[in-house]
Order: sequence, then structure tokens, then C-alpha cells
Amino acid sequence: MDNTSIWITIIALGIGTFLIRFSFLGLLGGKDLPVWLTRHLRYVPVAVLPGLVAPLVVWPAATGGDADLARSLAALTALAIGGITRSVLGAIFGGMAVLYTVQYFT
Amino acid sequence: MGSAYWQGFRAGAPFVLVVAPFGLLFGVVAAEAGLDIVQTMAMTILVIAGASQFAAVQLLSDNAPTIVAILTGLAVNMRMAMYSASLTPHLGKASLGKRALAAYFLVDQNYAVSIAEYEKNPARPLPEKLAYFFGAVSPIAPLWYGFTFVGAVAGKAIPPAYALDFAVPITFIAIVAPALRSLPHIAAAFVSVTVALLLAWLPYNSGLMVAALLAMMTGAAIEKRLEKAHG
Repeated sequence: MDNTSIWITIIALGIGTFLIRFSFLGLLGGKDLPVWLTRHLRYVPVAVLPGLVAPLVVWPAATGGDADLARSLAALTALAIGGITRSVLGAIFGGMAVLYTVQYFT
Repeated sequence: MGSAYWQGFRAGAPFVLVVAPFGLLFGVVAAEAGLDIVQTMAMTILVIAGASQFAAVQLLSDNAPTIVAILTGLAVNMRMAMYSASLTPHLGKASLGKRALAAYFLVDQNYAVSIAEYEKNPARPLPEKLAYFFGAVSPIAPLWYGFTFVGAVAGKAIPPAYALDFAVPITFIAIVAPALRSLPHIAAAFVSVTVALLLAWLPYNSGLMVAALLAMMTGAAIEKRLEKAHG
């Protein structure tokens, strides 16, 4: 990862994100999004993030790509806490607590 | 500063508890990934969208191509097009400058409280609606910047034994888990995970793009079918 690609990412993501936020408010006026499009956009977070996370959990870089008990249990804990309590912070702290605990004892 | 501004401010204030640790974590993760403080702060100030920042930094540190890091970050932020569309009936008549400022400061938290307020009191005049919106983001944005900075400074000092490599996956799981509340959401997440793992061998992280598209189509198709079934 070199400095140029970091800066290109920062600037392009900044401009692109602003244009997404500005889109309807700024340029497209009061037009509604077509129903089929909002129907797809609703699933963007659950479509992108799990696919991004799955390889990081199954093949963690820190262990050289070998599945790791501590990280797998931590991921499951975060999923369970987040799903049941709907608390993002609770899930983060719970998951990291399990990771540290299991690492400590193994 | 009228009362609408302070009403918004009070509505946004509880989110401080979420935004401060999240900003701190982003600063730490960005520092661990090799971004310097200027780069970390530039990203946090230009983008102000945590999940996409985590995604872009993660992909950059995996040596994914720049375009993949950008497109994935933008994909995560596409939900904000929906926010923008749904705010337009309420804020669309403001001056161009104010709309641009509102667009810059449009984040999950102030969107949620503002749209709830506008739906409850649709007749409020435009200046009050704007003041409420900016009030709601006022406790959030400065803390996001500030805590990212603290995290970026502290991050360099945290030894690898703390396994912060795993803070990013845990954070994403924590963001997504509460959203898995309906069959279409769960099915979309399942397709996303399965396809991403099956296509992990594809170059340039392009498997993730395929997984995301298939997952969105799955969620939308199941939602449509369920709607029909319920008439």
C-alpha cells in the first residue's frame, strides 16, 4: 500500500460519498427513487459487509491464513450479541473480550 | 441558535456514546494499517462515514487495487442515496449552499432523528427543519473527528498482542448483526458470505463485488415475493 493509492482512495471516496449524499437533495429535486432501486439499496449493508468479513474470519491474515479458534469464537459472539441485543458497541466489546480471553488461555 | 437547533442537538446527543468509541477505533485501525495522521484525518473529515472508511482501509491494507477499495467504500455508502431522497421533500427548497452543507453532514444518526421529527411535525417551517438537522449532527461530527485523532495518535503505541487486526471484522459483524431482522436480510447476508468465500480466489477482490450484487438481488427478490404473498 503506497501513499499515492492511499490519497487517491481518500479523495475519491470523499468526493463520491459527498455526491451520493448530495444526489437527490441537490440535483435530482423531489423525484422519488424507483421502487425496484430502493428495494435493492435497502440490502446494500447486509450484501457488502458480510462478504467482506467472511474471508477475514475464516482465513485471518494475522495467523498466516489458518483458521483460529479465538477469532472464530469472537466473531460468533459478536454476531450473537449484536443480533440479540441490537447493540453495536456491546457486540464489539463482547467479541473482543472473547478474543482476548480465548487467546489468553490457549 | 433557535429552539429547533437545540431540540435537534438533544436528539443527537445520545449517539455520542456510539460515535466516540467508533471514531477512536477507526483512528487506531487506520494507524495500524499504515496511514499517517494527516491521511487518517483527511479521510475522516472528507468522508465522515465510518463503515466505508473501515472497509476502504481494510482493503488497502490487504493490497487490494485502489479502485476496489474506492468502489467497496462507495457501495457501503449507497444507502445514503435513500436518505438523500427521503429528505428532499423536507429540505429540498433550501438554498444550494445549505443543501450542500446538509449533504456533507448527512450521517446515519442525524438522518434517523431528523426524518422521525419531520414525519411527526411535517408542517414545521424550512428554517426550523434545517436547524433541527444541523443541531442533531452538532454533537456527533466534532466527536467523530476528535476521537479519530486520539485513536490515530494512540494507535501507534498499541502492541500487536492486542489482536487489533480483528477489530475491523468484529466491528462489521457488530454493525450488520442488528440489521439481520427479516428473512430477506438474513438471506442476503447468507448469499454474500457464501459467494464471497467461494469466489475468494478471484483476483482484485472482485469476488466481493459479485457476492454483493447477488446478495442484493436475493434480498430484493425475497422481499418482493413476501409482499405478494401477504397481498
